[in-house]
Amino acid sequence: MNPKRFWAIVKKEFLQLKRDKPSMAIALIMPVMMLLLFGYAVSTDVDHIATAYLDLSRTPESRELLAKFRASNYFNLDYPVNTTAELNSLFKKGKIKAGLIIPPDYTEKLNRGQIPEVKYIVDGSDPSIARPALSSGVLVGQNYTREILAKKYPQIAKNSISLIRAEVRYNPKIRSQIFTIPGLIGLVMQNLTVLLTAFALVREKERGTIEQLIVTPVTSFELILGKLVPYVLIGFLSFTIAFYFGINWFSVPMQGDTLTLFALALCFVAVALAIGILISTVARTQLQAMQMTIVFLLPSILLSGFMFPREAMPKIIQYLGYAIPLTYFLEILRGIIIRGAGLLELQNQAIALTVLGVFLLVAASLRFKKRLE
Amino acid sequence: MTVAILTENLTKTFGPKVAVDNVSFTVPAGKIFGLLGPNGSGKSTTIRMLCGALLPTSGRAEIFGMDVVKKTREVRNLIGYMSQRFSLYEDLTVEENLDFFGRIYNLPAKLLKSRKEEILLMAGLTENRKTLTAHLSGGWKQRLALGAAMIHRPKLLILDEPTAGVDPVSRRIFWEIIKKLCATGISVLVTTHYMDEAEICDIVGFIFNGKLVSFGTPAELMAKEGKDSLEDVFIEYVERTTGKKVYDFKDLEKFIGGKPA
Repeated sequence: MNPKRFWAIVKKEFLQLKRDKPSMAIALIMPVMMLLLFGYAVSTDVDHIATAYLDLSRTPESRELLAKFRASNYFNLDYPVNTTAELNSLFKKGKIKAGLIIPPDYTEKLNRGQIPEVKYIVDGSDPSIARPALSSGVLVGQNYTREILAKKYPQIAKNSISLIRAEVRYNPKIRSQIFTIPGLIGLVMQNLTVLLTAFALVREKERGTIEQLIVTPVTSFELILGKLVPYVLIGFLSFTIAFYFGINWFSVPMQGDTLTLFALALCFVAVALAIGILISTVARTQLQAMQMTIVFLLPSILLSGFMFPREAMPKIIQYLGYAIPLTYFLEILRGIIIRGAGLLELQNQAIALTVLGVFLLVAASLRFKKRLE
Repeated sequence: MTVAILTENLTKTFGPKVAVDNVSFTVPAGKIFGLLGPNGSGKSTTIRMLCGALLPTSGRAEIFGMDVVKKTREVRNLIGYMSQRFSLYEDLTVEENLDFFGRIYNLPAKLLKSRKEEILLMAGLTENRKTLTAHLSGGWKQRLALGAAMIHRPKLLILDEPTAGVDPVSRRIFWEIIKKLCATGISVLVTTHYMDEAEICDIVGFIFNGKLVSFGTPAELMAKEGKDSLEDVFIEYVERTTGKKVYDFKDLEKFIGGKPA
């Protein structure tokens, strides 16, 4: 090996790296970004589970039971409800992960020496929340039965370990695939669509074909819209394939309305396309477009709740997740597929997705100027 | 006399660099106007401003009386542009490229069909209509690009170094086509640094360091400087502007930067 030639290559490589701003930015910013994202977002310690309670008894005894749940720190009893319907709606919306129903005859039964049936319902969709929620609920119930009831109603404690009956809703066996497959369908479609569109305009820049197009009477709007339509179709087709394949291959039962899901998926494809177009108005080469896509995709995987429950993340990180369209689409996918939610329960997510989509499309059209500068 | 191109103090700066410096000229319709100058002298920048692809920093330009900034859409319908770098779609066939540009210019289907046949015939591409553009040789690509620029029958054809890197036979065929087009009344703006091509032009302008240093018919310019070839005329200009002696054509290359004819 000739050291002079070797150093010539090393030096040349450094010179090129120095001028390749995007690569350098990725090399320098990426580690900090990844550490911050992973450090905060990767947490599976779920506590403060959003819980609704339906106290039909309204007695000092029932309030004592609720206080016990509150004191455990596993539960946030933020949602007092008056009817079972209200409770069910909160479940469908995904607002609560657990629910507690205390029957009207709770105290009477205790006094009669009978065992009242307190229902504890857990949303089984996300196993990483459902498992701790289930075990914490059961544990609190047992402790309560043993410590408090045993003193006042010794015969009940003798006959029963816990007066709480746990029930897992939506995903009774707490199968992981039921949760991950709908999320994957969304993620795969986002990545594909963003990448395809990001390349669409950049390819014209890189090959010089944009120069011929710019001097024609074609407008930016015609150009962007015309470029979008084929990718909307491809993105939608790929969603259809991913959906039917994923659902059937992994036996994920579809609980909700397919039409609603597809309508909202179309919305999301448009959003993903707008992101792709936005990238391609900034990037000059396909390589840059690829790099930017990666920089965008990583946070969307971590912060959207695809991998780790957003409930376990710090508030700031949770808010960051709201800026990512995938967050809403995952809630929609899981809501419809797993919990059978309809447009009524998912209207907030649908509105957020539409607003983001319109905003991104306008931004992309404004960024794309039909001049060469 | 109809004026095809008019510029008035047309200027373009990129940061501190003045790429085009107060360029003013008027070209009548129906002529072949050759814009000459070394690489980086401001030819392409001038052309891009005329197409409305770049905004002038100051000054103005008109194509057939239409301001290129205020009436960009109208100007774009009047011009056909062929860029220095081949910029048709390599992954489309010859015919698909022509169809695409015809539709971009909003030609009715029937008209597009007949124009397409005309262009294929003119470019000698009738038999290659189904060939992927990527598989065409340099000369054919260039004629196809010319055809695509002609599909909407522009009044002014703007060609940015159309013959760079093309073999001599293809160059000759190309210029025959240009002359024929011009005979039908189309105006042509062409940049080149081949001197034999420059002598074919009706009017030539010589740009050096962003400034238009001479403008007129080749005969006028030669007579004015008392030289018997355009080459000598331009050597004279370069010497005068740079204050350096240019001994022969090889030396001029330092300033012109292209391959000699």
